[in-house]
Amino acid sequence: MRSRKGDTTHFPMGRSLLDKVWELHSVRPLDSGQTQLFIGLHLIHEVTSPQAFAMLREAGLPVAFPERTFATVDHIIPTTSQARPLADPQAETMMSALEKSCREHGIRFFGPETGHQGIVHVIGPELGLTQPGMTIACGDSHTSTHGAFGALALGIGTSQVRDVLASQCLAIDRPRARRIEVTGKLRPGVYAKDVILHIIRRLGVKGGVGFAYEYAGPVFAAMSMEERMTVCNMSIEGGARLGYVNPDATTIEYLRGREFAPTGDAFERASRWWLSIASDPDATYDDVVTIDAAAIGPTVTWGINPGQAIGVDEAVPSPGAFPGDERPTVVDAYEYMGWHEGDRIAGTRIDVAFIGSCTNGRLSDLREAARIAERGKVRSGVRALVVPGSQEVARAAEAEGLDRVFREAGFEWRLPGCSMCLAMNPDKLKGREICASSSNRNFKGRQGSPAGRTLLMSPAMVAAAAIRGEVTDVRELIGGDRHVRELSGGDRG
Amino acid sequence: MTARQTALLPVKRVAGRPVPLPGNDLDTDRIIPARFMTAITFDGLGEKAFFDVRFDANGRELPHPMNDPRYRAKGPQIAVVNKNFGCGSSREHAPQALRRWGIQGLVGESFADIFFGNCVALGMPCAIASEADVGRLIRAVEEDPAHDLVIDLEKQTASFRDLEIPIRMPDGARQQLLAGTWDATRTLLDAADRVRSTAERLPYVRAFAD
Repeated sequence: MRSRKGDTTHFPMGRSLLDKVWELHSVRPLDSGQTQLFIGLHLIHEVTSPQAFAMLREAGLPVAFPERTFATVDHIIPTTSQARPLADPQAETMMSALEKSCREHGIRFFGPETGHQGIVHVIGPELGLTQPGMTIACGDSHTSTHGAFGALALGIGTSQVRDVLASQCLAIDRPRARRIEVTGKLRPGVYAKDVILHIIRRLGVKGGVGFAYEYAGPVFAAMSMEERMTVCNMSIEGGARLGYVNPDATTIEYLRGREFAPTGDAFERASRWWLSIASDPDATYDDVVTIDAAAIGPTVTWGINPGQAIGVDEAVPSPGAFPGDERPTVVDAYEYMGWHEGDRIAGTRIDVAFIGSCTNGRLSDLREAARIAERGKVRSGVRALVVPGSQEVARAAEAEGLDRVFREAGFEWRLPGCSMCLAMNPDKLKGREICASSSNRNFKGRQGSPAGRTLLMSPAMVAAAAIRGEVTDVRELIGGDRHVRELSGGDRG
Repeated sequence: MTARQTALLPVKRVAGRPVPLPGNDLDTDRIIPARFMTAITFDGLGEKAFFDVRFDANGRELPHPMNDPRYRAKGPQIAVVNKNFGCGSSREHAPQALRRWGIQGLVGESFADIFFGNCVALGMPCAIASEADVGRLIRAVEEDPAHDLVIDLEKQTASFRDLEIPIRMPDGARQQLLAGTWDATRTLLDAADRVRSTAERLPYVRAFAD
């Protein structure tokens, strides 16, 4: 592994996963200087695809590779009842439009009746659709999630959804590569969510613009697939459209036996190929960043973007501590959130606790949160929601009794969807409510109330906040439990 | 909009009355709150652009450049923005809302990747200029807004009255606009055979058959 900067060696250069997968999927260079890139897997949902299908219809174009597009419904679906027609007529219109487009074009649709409905970035991996070495596109910025498998996965807009439907390709500039190496070992009570929040805090919300992030080193190597998905999911919050982890034995074991994964000898051939597309040890990068795992603690956002984060044991930073051009955003965040100089983040009273989303709505997330939830009851006055990421996650969680743990503690156990991460369904904050949230964005108004306030943290920290009624260092609840991470378990349930 | 019938529409020069939208990291949830996206078309998004900072809970106008008659023009407009504009979600609803409000192009210090790509796909240039130049431009606009701001992608300048600043865009996007290939579908379909052959050499497309 070397940095391209100042590299004067003359040995043949090793290649990164980005180099290999990009080259393999390059159809041709375009006159513009961009690449025509073949997309191996296209995922669609009800919000960003209807206009794309309308554009196709208007142009009289077919879907070029319908067998390479898969659909589900997640953003608008209610989490209390999925009975049709949906209670919100606009939501029903969107869902019906997607069903109709899928029927017309021969696209497989994972609706609620299939038992595989869920957040698009949860179901792709759990079905085995997401595989190493693929290019993956979806009209959703958190498509970077799928990079956890060593895929190049990126969010696109609706016009590009149209392009992929029509041609299975994108016209796109090749990103630069930044390797982010986290060395050492995470401390107890520190989760994948804390790692990515810490990275964004360090590199900033625009630090990754133009880059693909390669997450490497012992901390990511030790992570489960679900933890890697949490990290890759939030690449875009650091400005990087793509983020990936090189495939390894953990990746292969996760995929074995999944519905759309190869079987038998083909699986063995696939495994060899998946490992071969990992970055070479002497691959070169445009930039390399190293972070010590020991420096990462439970992390919470205090502001209005995911880079405005601090350790749970820190005070909200003073606006005076920021360089001049960052100060207006910080002052804006202070006013919006209602901070006073010297306020500490721990002890901040919360109104709502939300556990779910494509960042942290998987089985291991629910297990970690349940371990905390079983130690108490949701504080009176706090509304607490658990929204599994998919029907499969819900079934697995129910099979081991997690739904009961949550219900007994006073959490609501809901049906799968994006829910209060972006509040396109009825799950919304009211007024200036403060929400401890395991989701990915703390933007102004993100959770459905124009004045609502979001504090991002790990699912275990959300559960702790729900019980105490205030932001709490989860390590206080797990005490001297040095084995907390062992119970994060495998990916299978 | 159609791939087969549309002629190439080069975008070489975009002119319009400027509207400053100051602040770093203005995210796509701010540009178009998600609750306005429960529809299967982009119709009507223009009036919802920056809704929660333009209107209070009772629908009354708040002080905001887009509500300020000094900056509101009948024809096309150009937004002047700071750093990391359009960060966050991939929703094309964001540039669609701006465009339907009247914004045909943007000049700013930097743009988020996906937002930038979405703008290009609509033929809307996002021209990048230095912090100092954007600052000078905003001051000149605030002083006397009633003139056109011109983005010239061939000369790579933005000009407003007697001020001319250098701008840049990544080459690929700039060439797409200049050549009129920003609606990429037709370009991508031109190579259908090569797309097939690329697909066929991918081990996973062949189901790892050998």
